[in-house]
Amino acid sequence: MSLLALQRQMAAAVMAPLTPAGNMRQAGPKGRPMRQYAGEFIKPNDRLTSFERLEIYNRQYWYRILDSFAEDLPGLHAVLGDRKFDAVAKAYLTENPSRSFTLRNLCSRLETWLKKHPRYAGSRQKLALDMVRLEWADIEAFDGEAKAALKQEDLAAADPDALRLTLQPYISLLALQYPVDDLLLAVKDDEDTDFASNAFNERRKRKRVAATARLKPKPIYLAVHRVDYSVYFRRLKREEFEVLTGLRKGKPISRAIDAAFRKSSIPAGERAEYIQDWFHNWSALGWFCRPEQTPAKS
Amino acid sequence: MPANRFNGFTEYGVGIGLRAPHYNHILTRKPVCDWFEIISENFMVDGGRPLHILDQILDQYKVVQHGVSMYFGSAEKPNRDHLRRLKDLVKRTKTPWLSDHLCWGSVDGRYTHDLLPMPYTLEAAKLTAQKVREVRDFLEIPVAVENVSSYAEFHVSEMTEWEFLNEVVERADCGILLDVNNIYVSSQNHSFNPFDYVNAVPAHCVAQIHIAGHSKYRKYILDTHDHAVIDPVWKLYARAIERCGPVATLLEWDDHIPSFDEVHKEALKANKFLASASLAAAV
Repeated sequence: MSLLALQRQMAAAVMAPLTPAGNMRQAGPKGRPMRQYAGEFIKPNDRLTSFERLEIYNRQYWYRILDSFAEDLPGLHAVLGDRKFDAVAKAYLTENPSRSFTLRNLCSRLETWLKKHPRYAGSRQKLALDMVRLEWADIEAFDGEAKAALKQEDLAAADPDALRLTLQPYISLLALQYPVDDLLLAVKDDEDTDFASNAFNERRKRKRVAATARLKPKPIYLAVHRVDYSVYFRRLKREEFEVLTGLRKGKPISRAIDAAFRKSSIPAGERAEYIQDWFHNWSALGWFCRPEQTPAKS
Repeated sequence: MPANRFNGFTEYGVGIGLRAPHYNHILTRKPVCDWFEIISENFMVDGGRPLHILDQILDQYKVVQHGVSMYFGSAEKPNRDHLRRLKDLVKRTKTPWLSDHLCWGSVDGRYTHDLLPMPYTLEAAKLTAQKVREVRDFLEIPVAVENVSSYAEFHVSEMTEWEFLNEVVERADCGILLDVNNIYVSSQNHSFNPFDYVNAVPAHCVAQIHIAGHSKYRKYILDTHDHAVIDPVWKLYARAIERCGPVATLLEWDDHIPSFDEVHKEALKANKFLASASLAAAV
């Protein structure tokens, strides 16, 4: 058996889902009994059968990726509760094994997957999708790239009709249907405590479930960004969100502003002040950088 | 012998693995510690807090990179994005050598994020050595391969684990990160004498040694890095040091991590053995 064939054979078993009790399944890949499958390439010893030796790796694989999934998604866990979260984790990870050398990217395809499989979140689908988008944005803001920030002087000196800006790569702009930022902050706040008796954990879980149940739809616009290496969620006005989205898409400042205010209820006389404040804040936060230069054609 | 071409001719002493629960202690108290080993993948990111923390550590301490997902033994080619990011990190840390495991863990682009055991065959040794060479040539620094703990053996194996390690090391002309805890764990799981292993490795190739704790179950031992080092592992360490000289030593503690002081104190127990080896070398 070639090295590649052996590695494919072992990986198929190691990455196969466990039984609900957390054991290796009796049915192996391609419909063969797992005992026979394991015995084909793994030696037994005086204490463990081939099946039992392979099962150690099968369990370790799932413990590791389920732990990582749960660590990245405490908000989704709070939204779905233990049972549904567990089902989502196992189904998603079975269909989407890691394709990256780092576990950091494990949940990168979860939003798309959840949209395709609405039955897992049931009546909480919209809330769950909002939370997944926020938690992924949180990861991106934590360790995403930062480019040299433009200063206020750079902006003041520029022609708004010609100047193109973009946002720092680590910033995500989210239009959400639920105020999931508050919920995620509450969940993370709970997790930060070192005190973890069973009674305390139970109370904490009940509190989360109650907070989630109380959460009513309320459209919000959010920038997930970072300051001094800490991630923050900043609520935005719709127009503010639209300006930033336009800039990120490559529109010149003047066009991004025009488009953002087209259906705005902000009185025309107040808009200039808003715009000035926003740009002042955004540049103070270092949100702007220059777009990538496209190489000139010779 | 401890300073050799596989560890950039350094003499690093006793270090510990850099772990998140200790960041605050290290950055605020600035404790004395010979060196830290970082998990490369934790810092192969584009920006943000991980690199900010790392830069502060690099200002104060010596750092060596240790990887967990290069998978020298995987049959597929090295991932180019992985290599590029790793090289960027090498430039940042100026690590004098870099280590990763003698194992596989990915196939057809899918990652298990585990350290899966190799079949000990000549075909696997040749392919693994070729990959180690490719990685070293790309990164342009010495590379050391670490023996892993294992829980399974393959029918196709043609040699012992240490013969396989030696075959790879000789073919790749690379260093060894000798993990004496992993040798102990595997010796218990596969019923061999761990001293046979330690006595068989080419001492002049050992760039670094790992020590760690593990968890014992009824029928096997798991390499959990969540306990202090047990006496039989210290005895293996003593023998390794006797053969290799006072080589750079690192304690790994990855789960149920106690305070920095407790972890460091456990690591410093190695000094007792290192001192004897230094004395023996001087006589």
